[in-house]
Order: sequence, then C-alpha cells, then structure tokens
Amino acid sequence: MIGANLLGSSFGGVLAQIEQTPFVRPHIDWHAVAPELVLLAGGALVTVVDVIGLEKVRRIIPSLTSLVFLAAFVPVLTLWNQQGDLPRVMWDGAYVVDNYSLVLKGLFLLSGYVIVLLSTNYMLEGDYYDSEYYQLISASVLGMLVMTSARDLVSIFVAIELVSIPAYLMAAWRKRDLKSNEAGLKYMLMGVFASALLLYGMSLLYGMAASTKLTDIAAALSIGESKPIFTLAIVFTVVGFGFKVSAVPFHTWAPDTYEGAPTPLTAFLAVASKAAGFVALLNVVIIGFPGQADVVEPLMWVLAAATMTVGNLIAIRQTNIVRMLAYSGVAQAGYMLAPLAVFGDRPGQATSAVVTYLVIYAAMNLGAFAVVIIAARKTGSGEISSYGGLFNYAPGLTVAMTLFLFSLAGIPPVGGWYAKFEIFRVLTDGGSGAGVSLAIIAAVNSVFAAFYYLAILKQMWFMPAPDGDHSRISIPPSLQAALGVTVFVTIVTGSVLIGPLSDITKLADLALP
Amino acid sequence: MEVTDTWYLVLSALLFTIGAVGLLVRRNPLVMFMCVELMLNAVNITFVAFANALDDLAGQTAVFFVLVVAAAEVVVGLSIVVALMRRRPNATADDIAELRG
Repeated sequence: MIGANLLGSSFGGVLAQIEQTPFVRPHIDWHAVAPELVLLAGGALVTVVDVIGLEKVRRIIPSLTSLVFLAAFVPVLTLWNQQGDLPRVMWDGAYVVDNYSLVLKGLFLLSGYVIVLLSTNYMLEGDYYDSEYYQLISASVLGMLVMTSARDLVSIFVAIELVSIPAYLMAAWRKRDLKSNEAGLKYMLMGVFASALLLYGMSLLYGMAASTKLTDIAAALSIGESKPIFTLAIVFTVVGFGFKVSAVPFHTWAPDTYEGAPTPLTAFLAVASKAAGFVALLNVVIIGFPGQADVVEPLMWVLAAATMTVGNLIAIRQTNIVRMLAYSGVAQAGYMLAPLAVFGDRPGQATSAVVTYLVIYAAMNLGAFAVVIIAARKTGSGEISSYGGLFNYAPGLTVAMTLFLFSLAGIPPVGGWYAKFEIFRVLTDGGSGAGVSLAIIAAVNSVFAAFYYLAILKQMWFMPAPDGDHSRISIPPSLQAALGVTVFVTIVTGSVLIGPLSDITKLADLALP
Repeated sequence: MEVTDTWYLVLSALLFTIGAVGLLVRRNPLVMFMCVELMLNAVNITFVAFANALDDLAGQTAVFFVLVVAAAEVVVGLSIVVALMRRRPNATADDIAELRG
C-alpha cells in the first residue's frame, strides 16, 4: 500500500512535468550528425546488398564497406573546414560536435578503413560468414563516432555498448574453433560485468546531480565538501572503464581474447575499441570530474603505474607475438592513463597528449598487426621463433616491422617517440611530485619495453629461418595498402608532420566549453 | 514503518552485490550470465528510486535504454554460450582454459 502511494506520487510528479513542458521538436543540425548518418546508411546498404546478392556479391562487400568509411570521412572534413560554427551543440548539450570529436571521428573512420583492408583476405580465405562481419564492424565504428560526441551518461552508455556488443560476436567469429569460442565468452562476460559496474557508478552520479548531463554532474560534484558517495560513484565508473581499456588489474580478459579472436579483429580490439574506451574515459573525467580531481588523480596514478609495469613485465615472457602485442597494448594503455593523473591543473594539455598518443598508437599498432597477418599467411604461426630469417625472404616487410617496433619502443624518428614525449611533458610541466614520479616510472618502463621489441628485431634480422624455407611471401593488394598507410603515418607523425599534428591535437581540447 | 527511497537503494545495492558475488563464485557460464543480468536490473532499481526521490524524468528514461541494451546483450551472450556448449557440452568456466592468461 505504501509502495503504491510512492508510485502514485511519482507518476503524479511525472505527469505534472509532462503537462508543464509542451513537446518542442528538438533542433537537429543535420550537417553535424552527417558522419554518423552516412555510416548508418552505409551499414544498412551493405546489409541489403548482401541479402539481395548473396554469394554473387561476396567479393565486393569489403570494398563497399571501405568506401562507406571513406564516404563518412567527407562530412568530417567539411565540418572541420567550418571552424566558425564549432562547437555545434544539440539536444540540450547532450551531443556536441567540436574539434575534439572531429579529430577522433576521423581517427576511428580511418582505423575502421585499415581494419577492413586487413580483414579482406583473411575473411575470404577462411571458412567464415564474412558479409555479416563487415556489417558488425560498421555498427561498432558507428558506436565510436557517437562516443566522441556523447556528453551525457545515457548516450555514453549506449555508445560504449554499441562498440562492444558487435565486438563480442566478432571475437567468437570462428565458431567451430574452441579457442575463438573461449575468447568470445571471456570477452563477453568481462565486458558485461564492466558495463554493470559502470552503470552502477552512473546511477549514483545521477542520484547526486539529478541529471545525466556531464556538465550538470560536474556542477554537482564541484560544490561542497567531498562525500564518500562521490568517491564510490567515481570508483565504480573508473573501474568500469578500466575493464574497457584493459587497465591492470582488469586486463585479464585481453590476452586470451586477443589470441583466440581472428587476428584482424584483434587489431580492431587493440586499437579502435581500446581508443573508444579512452574517449569515454576522457569525456567523463575531464568534463564530469574536475571538481573531484583530488579523488580521481591518485586513482589514475595507481592504475597507470600498475598498468604499464605489469603489462611490460608479462610481455617480456611471451613467446606468441599476438599475446606479446596484447600485453604491450596493456602497457601502452598505462602510458595513456598517465596524463589523467595530473589532469586537474592542465585538463587541456592532458586531453591533447592522450589524443596525440591515440593517433600515433593506432598507426603503429595497426601496422604491427598487418605484418603479423602477412607473416602468418606464409608461416601459419604466431610464435616469435617463426620470424627467424624474415629479412632473407621478405626484406621490405622486415623494414616495415622494424619501423613499427621502433615506434612502439619510442625510438626517434618514427611516431612513437613524439607520443611519449607529449606524455612526459604533461607529467613534468607542473613539477608536482605525483607527476614527476609517474614520469620516472614511465621512463623506466620504456627501457624495459625496448627489450622485448628488440628481441623480435633480433629474430627477424639475424636468426635463420626455422624450417629453411626461403620462398617469398605474396602480399595481396589490400594488405599492401594497409601496410602503406600505416608506414606512412608512423613515419610522418614522428618527423616532418609533428607541427601540423600538434596544431590539430591542441585544438582537440575538451576543457573549453 | 514507512518504506522510503532509501529502502529501494539498499535493496538494489544488495541485489547488485549478490549478482557480483555470484559472477565470481559460480562456474556455469549460463548462471554467470544470469548474475550479470541481476546486476543490471539492480542498477535499474537505483535509477528509478533516484528518479522518484528527485522527481525527475531522466532516471526513468535511462531505465528504458538499459533494458534495451540488456536485451541485446542477452541475444549475443546466449548465442556465444550455445556455440560453446555445442563444442563442449557441460563445460564450466574452469574447463574453458585453452588459453592461458
């Protein structure tokens, strides 16, 4: 009876609210949402073409999907050119298109394009359902595009699930292979668990702010003293994102999922999906939690230090290159978390540093996975020992892999060093003890990391081929294109194009309203 | 004794804890999945309780989004569990260890 009263009062209040506010059609800026709409329509087109054409169109589906990604890139460029109109705000501030979101939309679309190139031959030559795979990739990338603009807890949640749910399916894509089933199951259970933690944190945040908008949450968390419930909500939210970006100690799903999933999908998870998790984390932390920097910063310090150290220490022991790249990706996530440990004083600089790292990380890691996929076409193996003698029969591939590994290790003049340099600059600029100590930990870790990257170089350049087979590797055109794009971006971001890159990422500043 | 919003918050915190502990303790993939659903529904109770206490619509609408996403997760999760169970009937989470973290 009392419950009924409670419900009655609630519905009364809700009805009163509805009566007070007549429906007004929300303003929709069609140009601003054009990238998402193009991708949505393109994904639907791929589905329809597949359903109508069946086997006859099987070979053109990958090209069609990559064209859709490039088509969605056009409105991103036109929006970028109309700088005067930015930021474009819609739906009462829940959806914002600004420089930050445009840079990341471009990054996600190009990563999606490269991943389609990586997948083409892998999917055609294996026993897979391949058209559905491309539909799911477009759906997942659509979630990433929405994520870059989401400034509201509900839209962030829907976006992160739109990124993850297709990825659960794709991780289990080789459905007759027990390893792939296991990869999918582990990823799915951990992912849904993380979503539940994240949602619980979000529901507490809503309870304190009486709104799901990030700016309102920031206002609610900024006034008055810090309450335990604030800390609880922040911890739940950060832990939920910690799973998504595979931060230690929430990383245990990553290596198993990466090894069991199809390799192009592993590249997708390690680069695009992880970047989407970081974007969500940036949105929530930089916009929503500046008033609680005292709570968030130590949390991020511990996560960053643990993630880079544990990731590197375990990576050294790996004998399988995909698992090694998985743990190296965990360690790289640690570097990317580091700026958030000092975001309170310099939110803009921290955002730019993470965005810079994401751009360069995407290029070098996708490139490394491209080499792994190409090498596996000949050797059929992911063991590091199978890379012996690579220089003898595939010198070009060896040089490309050397560039990517140098970049991952942070050796100039390829991209990785500049990404790390930006991280160190944010950490040390303020001269705070926390920042400098984290910078020292990151520096020590970079030296550790060089060990296992250089071990692969030694194998490729100096060791004999394990079976003495020196026949050449044939590289199909799509993989050549993927390799070309990633090599180019990896080289120019560390040398000739540092200026433009830093100009662009400086504009990608979340802190400005 | 009056049932206040706090009761609902405590109930949802309890359900959330039961779900989380269940996920970590139980070894049947299907039961683990059910535990996650319990956690998601606990979150829904929190949203509705806060929406009621604050007299605000946003929490009630958030529940619809959570429900739809949870339904999508069930579809995907069950299909993965079925694919696995066809290969390995009666597998528990401990048996599924082809890959070593």
